[in-house]
Amino acid sequence: MIFPYTLLMHNSDPSVAAAVSDPVICVEGLAKEYRVFDKPEGLAASVRALFHRTSRVVEAVKGVNLTVGRGEFVALLGPNGAGKTTLLKLLSGIVTPSRGTARVLGHVPWERADDFRRRFALVMGQRNQLWWDLPAAESFRLHQEIYRLEPARFERTRDELVDMLGVRRLILQPVRELSLGERMKLELVAALLHEPEVLFLDEPTIGLDVVAQHTIHDFLRGVQSRRQMTVVLTTHYMKDVAALCERVVVITRGDILYDGSLAEIVDRFTTHKIVTLELDEVPDKATIERFGFPCECRGPQVIMRIDRNRIAEVLPEILGSAGIRDVSVEDVPLEEIVAELFRSDAREAAASAGAAS
Amino acid sequence: MSESIARPAAAFQGLRIWWTMLKISLEERLVYRGDFALGTLMRFLPIVTQVFLWTAVFAATSKSDIGGYSRNDIVAYYLLTMVTRAFSSMPGLSTGIARSVRDGSVKKFLVQPVDYLSFLLAARVAHKLVYYAVAVLPFASVFFFCRSYFPPVPDATTIAAFLTSLVLSFLLGFFMEATLGMLGFWFMEVSSIVFGYMLVQYLLSGHMFPIDLLAGVPTGIAGVSLADVVHWLPFEYTAYFSSAVWLGKVQGAQLVWALAIEATWVVVMAVACRIAWRRGTRRYSAFGG
Repeated sequence: MIFPYTLLMHNSDPSVAAAVSDPVICVEGLAKEYRVFDKPEGLAASVRALFHRTSRVVEAVKGVNLTVGRGEFVALLGPNGAGKTTLLKLLSGIVTPSRGTARVLGHVPWERADDFRRRFALVMGQRNQLWWDLPAAESFRLHQEIYRLEPARFERTRDELVDMLGVRRLILQPVRELSLGERMKLELVAALLHEPEVLFLDEPTIGLDVVAQHTIHDFLRGVQSRRQMTVVLTTHYMKDVAALCERVVVITRGDILYDGSLAEIVDRFTTHKIVTLELDEVPDKATIERFGFPCECRGPQVIMRIDRNRIAEVLPEILGSAGIRDVSVEDVPLEEIVAELFRSDAREAAASAGAAS
Repeated sequence: MSESIARPAAAFQGLRIWWTMLKISLEERLVYRGDFALGTLMRFLPIVTQVFLWTAVFAATSKSDIGGYSRNDIVAYYLLTMVTRAFSSMPGLSTGIARSVRDGSVKKFLVQPVDYLSFLLAARVAHKLVYYAVAVLPFASVFFFCRSYFPPVPDATTIAAFLTSLVLSFLLGFFMEATLGMLGFWFMEVSSIVFGYMLVQYLLSGHMFPIDLLAGVPTGIAGVSLADVVHWLPFEYTAYFSSAVWLGKVQGAQLVWALAIEATWVVVMAVACRIAWRRGTRRYSAFGG
């Protein structure tokens, strides 16, 4: 095992589950296997495949344990194909598991009881709940009926949500005329009209510009804290995670690799800090060597990775050298940490596969 | 929280949802009213060829009627079949269901507390209402110009039976095509199945010729003609039957019996459709959604 900390914070420890107060999502040993048929290349092979198809079992989710308390904001991170979306589908009852149990708001999701379905929402992709050819206001009306919302309360909630996202003037325009970001905002409004206790979001900011991302962050944070809503989202953008989630669950190859706070990821998985020096002039080779650390130079800017334990002792020394105009000390970017986590897991998988064969 | 916002009277609620779905589908259909108007006119074109064909057939024979149909009856029959088809045909229903399975938009109906079949039915009623609103004028003018082909207007009982058969033909057409669409849960592509169904439907529904013409075709079983077999199948109730009722070809006990068969098929197909949905969604969620 290359990274021993994969064992840390792993929630197979029952004391972690017990630590969550008022759990709304309880998952134990949840697994989902798919049978996929291999489609061979070439005509002859294709003809043979008509009579004999070779199939194999793919484990999208392998025995996941997870407990989420009321009001938590959890991010599911993982490389493509890690099983994040399958997990969301299991939790929202679209998919039935191969093994294991799950309770969301006290219900077994895949039984799809109406009482359960009135209490959660899932936003997955762009063309989800809104009618393509009609203004969003009409889709909202339909939701009012589907979820049996009191008219006065419905209107209050709708106006509040619409104003928070600044999309009031868009709700009377046919949805197909709207931009990606506008549609996403209206999808979110539609999903939140019935004031769900649990919200599942599958890549809510994918393909959106920075401004739209910010608006959605502020919006989700506002709604979540006001309603004590439990939110589980999948994303590839660390900005989403940093802005929204205190808790991060990293999934790779259908298994939970890390479950803990965002701060802890940074704390545990980084050994270095990044020190950036702004010099008076472009440094020569000798100057750089004097610092004694691996450096990257961009004009007068020098970027160094320094061991966290040594930073206090080293920094004064560096600052003492002449010609430094400015300095900044930062953590390794979250993207890099997470990418390293994913990569380390892939290496581990390759290593164990090699050992097995 | 959900208890406080839920109102009682679940049945009333069901109706309300249905009404809202109907209203919204109406608005959606109205977006495509131009397409509807054109489509309606096009529907009458094949009839012209049918009329020419039968005129030639009657000219070539010395008989004044074929299978109990005079030349006028034949023209009236085809025009009436257009009316029945306007109730029973479900353009895009089965392929639409299959598409929603393929592209995943059916997921919405697994996540939200709303029934897909009720939703489809509401949407289809809306679709039809918009269609009738647009089609009533061309239909009325064609029937007015062709009024000389029709026998005198039948009595009230026949008209009531005719209208009942139209409503049943709508439901039958809906549940047959919806069941067909549910096959999308098992097969990636249903269009060839739909095509096969359309072919059988075209031959056995009476869309192509009145089913009475099959009365003389033997089946190999003594005393049973092909028409007898077809009367027991659901297809003729989507085209032939209503026209035959209006023209007075089916009367008395025979009429009651036929209506009972039609109603039974509606129930059978509705149950089949529901079972297909249950099994299909179970398979879908086992397969991976």
